[in-house]
Amino acid sequence: MTASNEDLGYTPSTKGLWSWITTIDHKRIGILYAVSSLVFFIVGGLEALLIRTQLATPNGTVLSADAYNQLFTMHGLTMVFAVIMPIAAAFQNYFIPLMIGARDVAFPRLNAFAYWLFLFSVLLLTSSFFLGGSPDGAWVGYAPLSTQIQEYVRMDYYSIGAQLLGFASLAGSINFVATIFTMRAPGMTLMRMPVFVWMTVVSSFLLIFSLPVIGVGLWQIFIDRNLGGLFYEAQAAGDPLLWQHLFWIFGHPEVYVLILPAFGIVSEILPVFSRKPLFGYSFVVFSGIAIGFLGFGVWAHHMFTAGMGPVAEAGFGLATMLIAIPTGVKIFNWIGTMWGGRLTFSAPMLFTIGFIAMFLIGGISGVTHAVVPANTQQHDSYYVVAHFHYVLFGGAVFGYVAGAYYWFPKWTGRMMSETIGKWNFWIMFIGFNLTFAPQHILGLDGMPRRTYRYADGMGWDVWNLMSTVGAFLIALSFLFFIYNLIASYRNGKVAGNDPWDGRTLEWSTTSPPPVHNFDEIPVVHHLDDFWYRKYGVDEEGRSVKLTAEQAGKPDVVVEEHGIHMPSPSFYPIVASAGIATLGAGLVFISSGPIGFGVLGVGAVVTLWGVVGWAAEPATREAH
Amino acid sequence: MLRIAIPILVFGALFAASCSSDLPQSSLNPRSVEAGRIDQLWSLVLWISVAVFVVVETALVYAIVRFRKRPGDEDEPKQVHGNTRLEIAWTIVPALILAFVAVPTMVTLSELRSPAEGDFLRVEVIGHQWWWEFRYPDIIDSEGRPLTTANEMHIPAGMTTELQMTSVDVIHSFWVPSLSGKRDVVPGRETYLKITPDADVAGQMIPGQCAEYCGLAHADMRFRVYVDSDDTFDTWTAAQLEPSPIPSSDPAAAGYETFTQLCTTCHQANVVGPGGSSEVIGAALGPDLTHFGSRSTIGAGIEENTAEHLAEWIADPASVKPMTPELNDIGAGRILGMPDYGLDERQIAELVSLLEGWK
Repeated sequence: MTASNEDLGYTPSTKGLWSWITTIDHKRIGILYAVSSLVFFIVGGLEALLIRTQLATPNGTVLSADAYNQLFTMHGLTMVFAVIMPIAAAFQNYFIPLMIGARDVAFPRLNAFAYWLFLFSVLLLTSSFFLGGSPDGAWVGYAPLSTQIQEYVRMDYYSIGAQLLGFASLAGSINFVATIFTMRAPGMTLMRMPVFVWMTVVSSFLLIFSLPVIGVGLWQIFIDRNLGGLFYEAQAAGDPLLWQHLFWIFGHPEVYVLILPAFGIVSEILPVFSRKPLFGYSFVVFSGIAIGFLGFGVWAHHMFTAGMGPVAEAGFGLATMLIAIPTGVKIFNWIGTMWGGRLTFSAPMLFTIGFIAMFLIGGISGVTHAVVPANTQQHDSYYVVAHFHYVLFGGAVFGYVAGAYYWFPKWTGRMMSETIGKWNFWIMFIGFNLTFAPQHILGLDGMPRRTYRYADGMGWDVWNLMSTVGAFLIALSFLFFIYNLIASYRNGKVAGNDPWDGRTLEWSTTSPPPVHNFDEIPVVHHLDDFWYRKYGVDEEGRSVKLTAEQAGKPDVVVEEHGIHMPSPSFYPIVASAGIATLGAGLVFISSGPIGFGVLGVGAVVTLWGVVGWAAEPATREAH
Repeated sequence: MLRIAIPILVFGALFAASCSSDLPQSSLNPRSVEAGRIDQLWSLVLWISVAVFVVVETALVYAIVRFRKRPGDEDEPKQVHGNTRLEIAWTIVPALILAFVAVPTMVTLSELRSPAEGDFLRVEVIGHQWWWEFRYPDIIDSEGRPLTTANEMHIPAGMTTELQMTSVDVIHSFWVPSLSGKRDVVPGRETYLKITPDADVAGQMIPGQCAEYCGLAHADMRFRVYVDSDDTFDTWTAAQLEPSPIPSSDPAAAGYETFTQLCTTCHQANVVGPGGSSEVIGAALGPDLTHFGSRSTIGAGIEENTAEHLAEWIADPASVKPMTPELNDIGAGRILGMPDYGLDERQIAELVSLLEGWK
């Protein structure tokens, strides 16, 4: 049975701005996330280039201290909240339903709401450049520095902006968990789910449990700044270290939120380009779950210099060492997947191998942080900057770029250029290492982070200059990437449904997939079910291509009532615009009438969005 | 090949760098018992890390080379789903390596965190935006006032100094990499750090700086530690405990007039007139200026202390070091910079003469 438009009940338009504003199609929302992430990556990247330009030589004068402090704070916030989290959400939105054989996510309108709230929150945060100054208290917003200067609204943008982004992520995470737990195709047991889906389960739970913690802290910052709260005011028996605990109880799981989906992506790509199943699927899955649990027990390793007692320091140090074990297991299993395979090195595989090679370095330097006495030298130095860029750039960003090359054909129906992809990879690989490897040495040689200038005669000049040159190489590599995206979208080779000879269900449908994803919902019998529809196994354990006859007709669900897709709705964007406006009102609450005026507008719009949403039927009447 | 070459070059450079003597603020250039212990532990961890790195990256590169698809190679590989024994092994081996690292980590940690014992010098460290105050509670003058200085600390070589630290505003972090790991300086709390400089570093100046982001001029919150021989240390403390003279002849005398009218709003000095007894004037919100002329830097370690630099500083402090005195709230004790008082050149020269004369 082929689904005709009539079966969909209502055919959403796919042309024009309005169709994007009202879309609740998980694939289009995924594309919105991806495009937003790329745009904000350019913003965050320009911030980084300014920072590196200032630091190219001792006593740099390109930026004032004030500008520098705002830029490094915004660079961190942008890259974490507006680039890596949304690019993970982009892949998750687009591919989770496709990988589990579902037609959409569990809560399509909530999905749209999460995207728009994310977008408006980032726009609110970014507007601070023009309206009152940007946050300048570092992305960690340590109290009481973040509550100290109430004359500026800068850190109000921080507390409200991060709060709203938290709401958006929470909505998204709940949606993913509900989707994965309730909407899998028949036969897809938990242990037949692709690893990317598993890692999404873990990262979503991490967000669900950690965001409320920082939510509390951010309100405390807001209340301290605007309502005389004194939570973090030492002179009033408040405790500045409480904020650090609340921040890192969120902040450390957040690191895994950023990296676990990338783990998932490389775990999808490696088997395809090795032509072997993932080595030790259940080890990879359970080590991901173990990382999730342990990730909640290591937060205070960010505070080894803060003055905790030695017993607490020893405990958190040991817990941190422990987390290296499941992380190491993953790396070994990835290499095990390649071992004995028949490897081809298309762009997705190159970036994946780059990911493994460099994430390993970030992982090892992470273990050195667990060595508490050594940590007291490394902490807040450039060594830490090097470490987390090896994890979040060498790891996460390489993983997501690998994902982009891998799944672009499914998004657009066209292949990305392999030649440009190879240039992209090598320039990025060299530029990345040139930028961040020297920063290990800078840190050990005593250069603290978050410093807008440094003296000469410290032995830091050469390394800083190298690092700056590397940063511009990274920028160059992304010009290749962006050009490749645009040119391939326009003129790329037509991909077909299954250009990589894939293993998972998203490759079984058309490229790009229809609105309803699958004409017929598959019934799943194996891990890597799609592969086993194409290949059998001979006596020696090798894959053998099945003939059309052998393969037969795939097992599918017979749907008697046609396909019903939810209808587009503009209430999600209204509700999220209202909430973001409420946030803007809170930022300017201390300036009286303006703040309250904006707050009032926000309340009305929010109410309109929420009530309209509640009253709207999920599926418009078809006939 | 690049994948191997780059890290090897980097690690090679790291070692080359660690051997160099031009790294005044390097943790790889330890000059105290504590920094030495940390450095030993670091070396152990580094070598283990390098070994793990080489083994794993070699396996990765081997897999890339050995199992790449060759022309004409059309066979499908064997579909291996895993190997439980192997996987258990590579779970246990890292655990053993980590256990091996954990033991010296815990031993060193408990050594470094144990309170100072026997004969030791106590110094109170107080963090301010964006300068350091040092007080020696056991080194007092005839009035019982402790030796107080700013932005440079003298400590004796070959003996333990215990720092008792707190902050008056936001969180700072005390870091002299060659002498010890860092320790945060937290308002409302006391944190401790002990430093036992090696006997043979007497006479050396060892730089440090704030390592916890503390706002606008965080990068310019530097300081110097002078490790003295016992004799030098005694001479220094004796001189620092003396009050500075109220000058009787111009231009310094005129400078003193300006000093008492403007500078004492925030700065303190222990002064003595001809034949009189010493008295402390001013408020302790900014650095104590009693022996300003004896210090090597101005602006918390950012410029050498010369008459020209001081004149520039007084003429427009925020042009030398970023500050926001317009946000000062003296009543609430919030000091975020030194204002530009719009003094004319003559007044500035008089003040410079006064302060540089207070050795």
